[in-house]
Amino acid sequence: MALLEVRNLRTYFHTRDGVVKAVDDVSFDVEAGQTVGIVGESGSGKSVTCYSLLNLIPQPPGCIESGTAKFGDTDLLSLSEAGMRKVRGSRIGLIFQDPMTSLNPYLKISTQLIEPLQIHQGASKSEALERAVAELDAVGIPDPHKRIHNYPHEFSGGMRQRVMIAMALITRPEILIADEPTTALDVTIQRQVLDLIKERQEDLGTAVIFITHDLAVVSEVCDYVNVMYAGRFVERADVKTIFNSPKHAYTRALQKSIPAMQLKGERLYTIPGLPPNLAEDIAGCAFAPRCEVKKGDPRCIDARPELVELEREHWVQNCPGCLSARI
Amino acid sequence: MSYLELQNLTKHFTKREGLLGMNFTEVKAVDGVSLNLERGEILGLVGESGCGKSTLSRLIMQLLEPTAGSVVIEGERLAGLPHCEIRKRRRDFQMIFQDPYASLNPRMTVFSTLAEAILTRHLGLASDRHGLRKAVSDLMERVGLDSRFVRKYPHEFSGGQRQRIAIARALATEPKLVLADEPVSALDVSIQSQILNLLKDLRDELDLTMIFISHDLSVVRYIADRIAVMESGKIVEVQEAEDLFTDPQSQITKTLLGAIPRIR
Repeated sequence: MALLEVRNLRTYFHTRDGVVKAVDDVSFDVEAGQTVGIVGESGSGKSVTCYSLLNLIPQPPGCIESGTAKFGDTDLLSLSEAGMRKVRGSRIGLIFQDPMTSLNPYLKISTQLIEPLQIHQGASKSEALERAVAELDAVGIPDPHKRIHNYPHEFSGGMRQRVMIAMALITRPEILIADEPTTALDVTIQRQVLDLIKERQEDLGTAVIFITHDLAVVSEVCDYVNVMYAGRFVERADVKTIFNSPKHAYTRALQKSIPAMQLKGERLYTIPGLPPNLAEDIAGCAFAPRCEVKKGDPRCIDARPELVELEREHWVQNCPGCLSARI
Repeated sequence: MSYLELQNLTKHFTKREGLLGMNFTEVKAVDGVSLNLERGEILGLVGESGCGKSTLSRLIMQLLEPTAGSVVIEGERLAGLPHCEIRKRRRDFQMIFQDPYASLNPRMTVFSTLAEAILTRHLGLASDRHGLRKAVSDLMERVGLDSRFVRKYPHEFSGGQRQRIAIARALATEPKLVLADEPVSALDVSIQSQILNLLKDLRDELDLTMIFISHDLSVVRYIADRIAVMESGKIVEVQEAEDLFTDPQSQITKTLLGAIPRIR
């Protein structure tokens, strides 16, 4: 049995402009020690998917309409707030995109690092401090004995992200959710942070859910990839299959639009149009307006496509238009 | 004659340190940078954060005064010119910023944002409402925006469209030099390529000289003719774009190239 089994998750936002179906029937598994990627453009529902699991969606306007998330013998989606508090930050850790806004600027790193240990594991202050120093050392912060007494602003961006990783992993969670952890960093620092996440994952055996819009990052860190579009998964496979034999038009189009994949001098491939407005009802395939196979083509179906296992362990939305589009 | 010449451009900042701020240390943000750019060339500028890329771009844009050296545009030294003279020349060099959310005035419609800039070049249009409206819609179409949206505010547009408005705003003064500071890093992959294509087309159509700053080497490789690599305030390597990738000379270039996540 998988470590985490998410089934039919639907998270809607009830706004003045209508019901925004941010996450619409999403299911996936996370195995122990595995890195699962969720890729998609902004607004595709990547973050909402993960925040729903941890009850971090503001309700209202948000509402988890349906679904289960089996984590061991608990269902994360039906936990009470008190029950969730025992899981969040203890058995599931989180790293956000911007380490400056997710650290409290008024508190020393030490206070913030030992808090989860004191709360979740009842550690004494001196014991917790000792472990916090060891954790800072493990994420590669030089001189951790002194640095632990610094404030967040005294660290550089990359170092802050290291502190965040130390904080998320200090309770030895079974799952780490990393929401665009390197987007705000430049290439060399990004490389260090990615390596660090991989290294700590190997040391501790943590499973990682990696949210990003950068396909290159996905290909480096993930074992398994979910491609998300308009609140749904359009394709899922192991990382090799996604990059070597993508089936869905959107996955192929995304890969094709990466500048590094194209020859200099040629025009860059672009996906025409914009992602759909999720507040409107989408009839049929959500990618149709941007797809080469347009509405009216016999291959473009009216029914909403379903995610089916086309080949072993390779799940694709069964829209005939998207599968046959030549991109 | 090259269009833009940087002659030993230097900017040092003094920093106070110690208990009473009595110790002064110098930070050499930009340290003797010399560079030539031909008309119509796109130069990529790369380096790690804190290497001085932004200070260099502020110096070129005349937003900071150099400690030593000068920016020379079409043979004219800008250092030492009085402010009013630099102001007159400012419309020739424009900047595109990273974050189109922050760089557009949220209280101005697309029309007023663009019209204000157009008037710096064509003051005569101030009394010619028709002509001004036409100039604005021409400009919007040039960057691929529907001119029906002329009365809309920045928040009504998506990120990619907003970056197009920012580009239109930069082009409104009919500049010869455009400095783009990480213009696509805040955008999604699929939108990135649209903006890159647009910038390249504009260079070809308008014969713009462009400096393209980015930390994403694969983007720079695609768009730039030559690439300059910066490290601690100095330019350590300038090469033709392809040569930089196949035959990097300096250690920092190798580090930067090694850090690019690759699709395997």
